[in-house]
Amino acid sequence: MTAARRTTITAGVLLIACMLGSAVVLRRIDQIRSGATLQEVLYISSPKLLKRVSLGYEGLLADIYWTRTVQYFGRKHMAYSDRYDLLAPLLEITTALDPHLIVAYQFGSSFLAPPPPDGAGMPERAIQLVEYGIRNNPDDWKLYSDLGFIYYMDKKDYAGAAIAFDRGSKVPNAHPFMKIMAAQMAQHAGDLQTARMLWLATYQTTQEKQIRANAVAHLRALQVDEDVMHLQDAVTQYGRRTGHLPSSISSLVAAGMLRGIPVDPDGHPYKLMPDGRIEVRQPDDFPFIEKGMPPGYKPPSKPKFKSLE
Amino acid sequence: MNARVIHIASNTFREAVRDRVLYNLIAFALLLSGGAILVGQISIDIEKLVVINLGLTAVSLFGVVIAIFIGIGLVSKEIEKRTLYTVLSRPVRRWEFIVGKFFGLAGTLVVNTLFMALGVFGALLYLAHRFHKPDAWVLVALYFIILQFLIICALALLFSSFSSPLLSAVFAFALFVIGSFAEDLRGFATMAHGVSRWLATGAAYLVPNFSALNVISSVAHEQPIAGHLILYNTVYAALYTAMAVCGAVLIFQHRNLK
Repeated sequence: MTAARRTTITAGVLLIACMLGSAVVLRRIDQIRSGATLQEVLYISSPKLLKRVSLGYEGLLADIYWTRTVQYFGRKHMAYSDRYDLLAPLLEITTALDPHLIVAYQFGSSFLAPPPPDGAGMPERAIQLVEYGIRNNPDDWKLYSDLGFIYYMDKKDYAGAAIAFDRGSKVPNAHPFMKIMAAQMAQHAGDLQTARMLWLATYQTTQEKQIRANAVAHLRALQVDEDVMHLQDAVTQYGRRTGHLPSSISSLVAAGMLRGIPVDPDGHPYKLMPDGRIEVRQPDDFPFIEKGMPPGYKPPSKPKFKSLE
Repeated sequence: MNARVIHIASNTFREAVRDRVLYNLIAFALLLSGGAILVGQISIDIEKLVVINLGLTAVSLFGVVIAIFIGIGLVSKEIEKRTLYTVLSRPVRRWEFIVGKFFGLAGTLVVNTLFMALGVFGALLYLAHRFHKPDAWVLVALYFIILQFLIICALALLFSSFSSPLLSAVFAFALFVIGSFAEDLRGFATMAHGVSRWLATGAAYLVPNFSALNVISSVAHEQPIAGHLILYNTVYAALYTAMAVCGAVLIFQHRNLK
């Protein structure tokens, strides 16, 4: 073997070995430094300073920060965390770098507003974020819709929600449902029908898969809540009429109180418990339900989302 | 080490030290450290923070510029001046030439960094009148900066072994920028699906990871650096540097110099 050939083989083998070795070591470094890049946000938390150091490439930097935000939220959400300390600063930096990044307001507010573990439980920060978005994008009616949504769902402030929808309805080219929602909020804010309208409108006005999946999960949950409420009423009426609890849901049908055996959105019949409570058969399949859960039920850390189809 | 490699390395070092551009850059770095003191004096209670941040950033950036601009000319300049033929006509193997060049440039950068580090510590001493225990972490940050330089030197040498100086500079600088966002790149890869995920992950692991080697912000805030991070970063830099030097050797070995 010539010296040149020996050098080629040695260098080639070394190159491959070092490449593989460096990838292995890099994985270890990533494990050690998990989230270190995000922690650095605490060091440079001034959007103005970041804007200056980005040398005019703030759009690109905003995209990077938005991706970091999504990763941060995703990681925390998967870990069933109840603390999202960096979420608000990350969103503030992202939107300060690019005030027209609408997706950051829409998703960001849905990360911030809901209570843990679904979100950070910071509806006030979410409102601030969306209001900032509206100031910078006053012609985007969807931001008013998001604002109304936060007031309605997370703050239970129906008057605030009505005002937000009303403001949005005045924006040129706003979806007609904004006017309807404003009126609905003013008159029937707390009922299930209003909540259904809101989620249906969300489903119909977005193409984002995750937002649609979330809307579907809420619509399914509303259906379960409504069914359980009706069934529970029927059980109470049966008890009043006969003096004892029904032995099964069929008894309610036989007594003419139900037209048939009701089923949940997945086609499973509801369960009548010995104490007269109505329970859903697979509560894990219905994240966000408020009724029909077994006592002491804890939802899974990763909610199951299903499509409407 | 092989005596021929040492000779080439020492000649490269001497040549680099004779280069006026190099002195100018050191002067600039020292000037910037001095500037840090001035900035520190006109802000409130962040003098030390500014000195460490600005000083270490200056060391890093000037070193990167030196590494790229000298590294890209290491092979091409020798070919242009035809001095390479004189070297290779002697009993010097091509790999010895590449490895010697690498060590020469690496040595130059280490010496430069030591001078610039003296500037940073001088500024710190001027400001606080004495050193504190957390100042020792600045040494770790400087060590990581040197590791960065080794990787950049090797990359500049790799590009220089097959490309023109201008393109080599562009490639090396682009990799430096991409490598500084390496963690984000790996984050993007985890969010991709299917084939694009595999491709993105492969690319993310192939580019140098400079983000883990940048601890300037942590050190400025007196945050300790984990011992195992120092170890892993050292191993990583050694492996990545060796990989790039092997690549340069392979290309140069098969390059037609006629």
